[in-house]
Amino acid sequence: MAADTTAPGLPLSESGADRPPALLQIRAWLARRAEGVAIPVGAVIAGFLIFSLFLLALGKSPLAFLDLVWRGGFGSPFALQNSLQRAAPLLLAALCVALPARLGLVVIGGEGAIVLGGVAAAAAAQPLQGLPPMLAVPLMALAAAGAGAAWIGAVGALRAYRGVNETIASLLMSYIAIALSNHLIEGLLRDPNSLNKPSTWPIGEAFAVGALPGLDVHWGLGIGVLACLAAYALTERTTIGFAARIAGGNVRAAQIQGLPVGRLVVGFTALGGACAALAGFFEVAAVHGNANASLNAGFGYTGILVAFLARHNPLAILPVAFLLGGIEASNGLIQRRMQLPDATALVLEGLLFLVVLVGETLYGRFKLFNPHLWAVKREAVA
Amino acid sequence: MLAKLVQTAWKDGSRLVSAHPFSRRHLLGGAAALSLGTLPFGRARAAGPLTVGFIYVGPKDDYGYNQAHAQGAAALKAIPGIEVVEEENVRETTDVQKTMESMINLDGASLVFPTSFGYFDPHVLIEAKKNPKVQFRHCGGLWTEANPKNAGSYFGYIAQGQYLNGIVAAHASKSKRLGFVAAKPVPQVLNNVNGFLLGARSVDPSITLQVIFTGEWSLAVKEAEATNALIDAGADVITCHVDGPKVVVETAARRGAFVCGYHADQSALAKDKYLTGAEWNWASIYKGFVADLQAGKAPPNFVRGGLPDGFVKMSPYGPAVSEAARQNADAVKAEMMKGGFAIIKGPLKDNKGNEVAGAGTALAENAIELEKTSYLVEGVKGSA
Repeated sequence: MAADTTAPGLPLSESGADRPPALLQIRAWLARRAEGVAIPVGAVIAGFLIFSLFLLALGKSPLAFLDLVWRGGFGSPFALQNSLQRAAPLLLAALCVALPARLGLVVIGGEGAIVLGGVAAAAAAQPLQGLPPMLAVPLMALAAAGAGAAWIGAVGALRAYRGVNETIASLLMSYIAIALSNHLIEGLLRDPNSLNKPSTWPIGEAFAVGALPGLDVHWGLGIGVLACLAAYALTERTTIGFAARIAGGNVRAAQIQGLPVGRLVVGFTALGGACAALAGFFEVAAVHGNANASLNAGFGYTGILVAFLARHNPLAILPVAFLLGGIEASNGLIQRRMQLPDATALVLEGLLFLVVLVGETLYGRFKLFNPHLWAVKREAVA
Repeated sequence: MLAKLVQTAWKDGSRLVSAHPFSRRHLLGGAAALSLGTLPFGRARAAGPLTVGFIYVGPKDDYGYNQAHAQGAAALKAIPGIEVVEEENVRETTDVQKTMESMINLDGASLVFPTSFGYFDPHVLIEAKKNPKVQFRHCGGLWTEANPKNAGSYFGYIAQGQYLNGIVAAHASKSKRLGFVAAKPVPQVLNNVNGFLLGARSVDPSITLQVIFTGEWSLAVKEAEATNALIDAGADVITCHVDGPKVVVETAARRGAFVCGYHADQSALAKDKYLTGAEWNWASIYKGFVADLQAGKAPPNFVRGGLPDGFVKMSPYGPAVSEAARQNADAVKAEMMKGGFAIIKGPLKDNKGNEVAGAGTALAENAIELEKTSYLVEGVKGSA
């Protein structure tokens, strides 16, 4: 895309005569694309090498560790489905971070939207009893999405119209959402038969969301993948997404251009909140059958990690969530076979996070991946 | 220093490479298994030892709920022919289903103890249906006849232990005000709060108890705040019902208050401030279940018991417990050991003035009414 744009007003640097040969153009295109893959992959490898030092210091074998990660997370149909199952809520939770990030916002309160979405879905199921599931289940999902959109959208509105820091606001709003949900689960919406584990009334067998065909993974995975694809299309292939990225790059410039920055902020945060809340909907409709304190399982926080590792690219969220799902899936086997504590996976995830953030500074520094540096050299030689 | 680390790393690495055949063959094996759609690990159940799986919702060294179960698991490890596999910090989501499946499919577990209350519905029920040859026993007393026959429940009447805690606390208290840090106002917790106060009032009817609910089973910051608030309000003996009492016990001891423990023995955390504690004794139940399986029969589906059954025990008395307190508590405990001891005895009112037990009513530990307790008895400050 960059090769075609000729900036108006700037003198063309004899480009017509000195156009690079086709092979070089392809190489340049490949190089630019490769950078976005090579740096994160290199960072993951570097992170694992550092992690290996920890393992060696404990007298454990990094190879045995890798072997167990393979077996527990990827090496069999059971392991693969285990990883996919764990990745499902992470996809939607990560979008709650990645979408607002296009506008330069750091929203970390997805956990609240997940819990609230679950409670909204369970609450909506009650008046819908008796309706055909084909109608009622989408309405439940809509109720969840609406609640999440309102909650995180409010964070966006506070940012856009009142200048409140969205990171702090979303985190604090998340605590309020969890407290509110607990209050509803233990009060207004409580099934009196749920004695020692306060829960809402069950949504009923009819409204339960099943598994993907041929898999032992619920539909949250399918919707999560679709949501990531849709989010990618929105941010990279539409004018709205383009406007959001401009506003994310420079708010003043976007405002001078007449872009509706306030509405973009509210819209993208609301959309992120809706995605996270859908994760809560699936926890209720596909897993628990009611809303209870187990909704507050920390998917929202792991989602932050996924989004940052994916550099807020909705397409990259797919492999990253799968990788983290795999690490979490193998964590049990690692505990049992290597007698390592459960925090092992967290330490690995934290290290990866750190190294990927450090890797952010490396973009544009490797000549291999940056064709404009090749040109400089050629010019210098000439 | 670094050089040495790298050197050992290298040495370790090479040794482990030879010890552990992580080879391309292995990866291919995995890929082949993938394409065949079968699990690469056979179930070593028939010939090998009996493998028992334990799943905890928190860390197994939390000085609380999970540690109590882990101690039970540790007792099984000592039995020949038993292999124990454990996993901690497993969420009450599909995660726990996958953990159970992993233990069954990869480790060959034929008896699984998913110990957290929230694991039962739907997770244990789903896995019990999926794996009819595996026995599942869940802590919490939720199993009914309608549930799969290879599942079951066990639980203990630990309010008796809190009643004994209350007796010892009453002897130690000077302010005659006690404090209770509680998680959620659910029946099991309310029974413990009521038991603690009624035990104390059996010594001195003027004693009052303030309870603070944190709203979560595990929320360290609020637990510390609640402990401080109770002590600021004049309480000089603190107990609790949260998953991990570590924070409560340490905070109270540091503030100079006495502590009665819960779930497991926390005396190491409070030293001479620790009076006694109500502990689970899961080892006795787990050993029984395993013995059944080894004898070729299914363990019972529904087990409940208290002090007399050895399901619950008391921590050894701390140095601050007076001779009078010991004699008093020991006498009541002896009474409890006979079975049928009633903590809730009429006439009794709740703390809003409503009668909860008429004159002549006595609810023994196994009374069905106690499973629906929704009140705090007179003398407790706080609302359920």
